[in-house]
Amino acid sequence: MIPVFNKRRKHMLAMKAMREGQIPAASPVEVTCPKCQTATARQQLSRNQYVCPNCGHHFPIGAYFRLSLILDSGSFRELDENLTSADPMEFPGYSEKLDQCRQKTGLSEAVVTATGRIEGRKVAVAVLDSRFLMGSMSAAVGEKVTRLIEHATRNRLPVVIFSASGGARMQEGILSLMQMAKTSAALARHSQKGGLFISVLTDPTTGGVTASFASLGDITLAEPGALIGFAGPRVIEQTIGQKLPEGFQRAEYLEEHGFVDQIVPRKQMRAVLAQLLTLHYRGGAAQ
Amino acid sequence: MSNLTPAQRVTIARHEGRPGVADYIEHLFTDFFEQKGDRQCREDPSILGGIALFHGKPVTVIGTRKGKNLQENLKCNFGMPGPEGYRKALRIMKQAEKFGRPILTFIDTPGAYPGLEAEARGQGEAIARNLFEMSQLSVPIVAVITGEGNSGGALALGVADTVLMLENAVYSILSPEGFASILWKDSSRSGEACELMKLTAEDLLEQKVIDAIIPEPEGGAHMDVEAQMAAVDQALTAALNSLQKISDISIAGQRYKKFRAMGGNGYYDGN
Ligand SMILES: [Zn+2]
Repeated sequence: MIPVFNKRRKHMLAMKAMREGQIPAASPVEVTCPKCQTATARQQLSRNQYVCPNCGHHFPIGAYFRLSLILDSGSFRELDENLTSADPMEFPGYSEKLDQCRQKTGLSEAVVTATGRIEGRKVAVAVLDSRFLMGSMSAAVGEKVTRLIEHATRNRLPVVIFSASGGARMQEGILSLMQMAKTSAALARHSQKGGLFISVLTDPTTGGVTASFASLGDITLAEPGALIGFAGPRVIEQTIGQKLPEGFQRAEYLEEHGFVDQIVPRKQMRAVLAQLLTLHYRGGAAQ
Repeated sequence: MSNLTPAQRVTIARHEGRPGVADYIEHLFTDFFEQKGDRQCREDPSILGGIALFHGKPVTVIGTRKGKNLQENLKCNFGMPGPEGYRKALRIMKQAEKFGRPILTFIDTPGAYPGLEAEARGQGEAIARNLFEMSQLSVPIVAVITGEGNSGGALALGVADTVLMLENAVYSILSPEGFASILWKDSSRSGEACELMKLTAEDLLEQKVIDAIIPEPEGGAHMDVEAQMAAVDQALTAALNSLQKISDISIAGQRYKKFRAMGGNGYYDGN
């Protein structure tokens, strides 16, 4: 690889990550923690990986910021960067909404897919971004995730997916639903070829993403306090006509009920992923 | 084909007299042996499944079940399965693969049950696992959407080589009421949602989400159940005949290609 390209790539991720870590410019310089109500300067919060220094609450973070915390410096190489929704149902108001979202977030869709390295080991990684229409599953999201998995299967790479999603992309109707089958089928093939898949559940992971790739990890990790479920808490409350218990559908609840291997705080995530890659390393082929 | 509005079709698809999986089993199959339970904690009656003969040949048949009267509705949770139901379905689908039986599924559900215990036992994981496993099964799978097929709860029995749909059945990301409530915070606008959702058999055939439409008698399947059974019989027979020409080895590969292509018109690749 020509060094100058490496340098440029590194620069690009760092810039995008910084943008996500410090902007939106319109937002206040101080951020109040929704859990403990402590105000923290955005600068300090960004340095602390958007974990509340007072109570440990994990704030949602953007996809590039997340990648900058996980990948080896200079190893990031984005895939299908310009793959976007085509508004297949011609749903009223949807294309305007997409445009607004693209402008606001600088993302072309609700997921960023890339290859990169973690402590020197190559991985295929996807990060869903809840700022883009709640990280909902569009045909474009399904396609990007499926292409990433297929790329990993072909090149014998482990797959790591950070999920954050409100579920289906309503404006794409049935095609959104079909992405659940598509991504799950791609993971089944990856698994059959002996490929590793590490699923990381972050706040919130719900609906069709929970009922497809997010729940299919060989290893399942979750960030502390993340909301994880199929049906949303409000829908459940309406259905059963009672209040839900404290902590219901949180990462700790899922761990207790047997659906998560380990809860991993954000600051330890990179080290835990590196450990898992080492534990699955088969030698020989560059993984 | 009659010129009904999508909202009218939703009403027909939910008609209380509409034939369900139990009726199809009674009319189209012989020697049905029901298989109950997920072998982990519970029997979920909202999914009915077992082994039967279809024109003399053994098949595994599975469907979501709403029940025929209030008592049955309550027992079957109005056709909304929990994770145990999906796990039972997967258990008997894996058996079908072991014994080389084709799988036929009948789908009519308002969706997977959004309840506390369903969540505690992994509703999302159960559905995901079915999608994952069904995509790899080495036996032919035919799914028929007979009534309403809503959300991942319907898809969990729908990863099939051939997906058939009754003329007035609907298949969608969620119920029109849920759709209106999420998008406009107003479930009473469900009629409007029906128009936008493209949930009719014709819409879905156009989107290549289904493979063929099974005609219904005038006014809907409940108007002439015998005629409806004959039409479903004919469509299932044709689907199975053409699938049985494909080898066990290549059938999962073909199924993968089919679902891999879904939503191909939904994105623009600017790379
Ligand atoms: Zn705090």
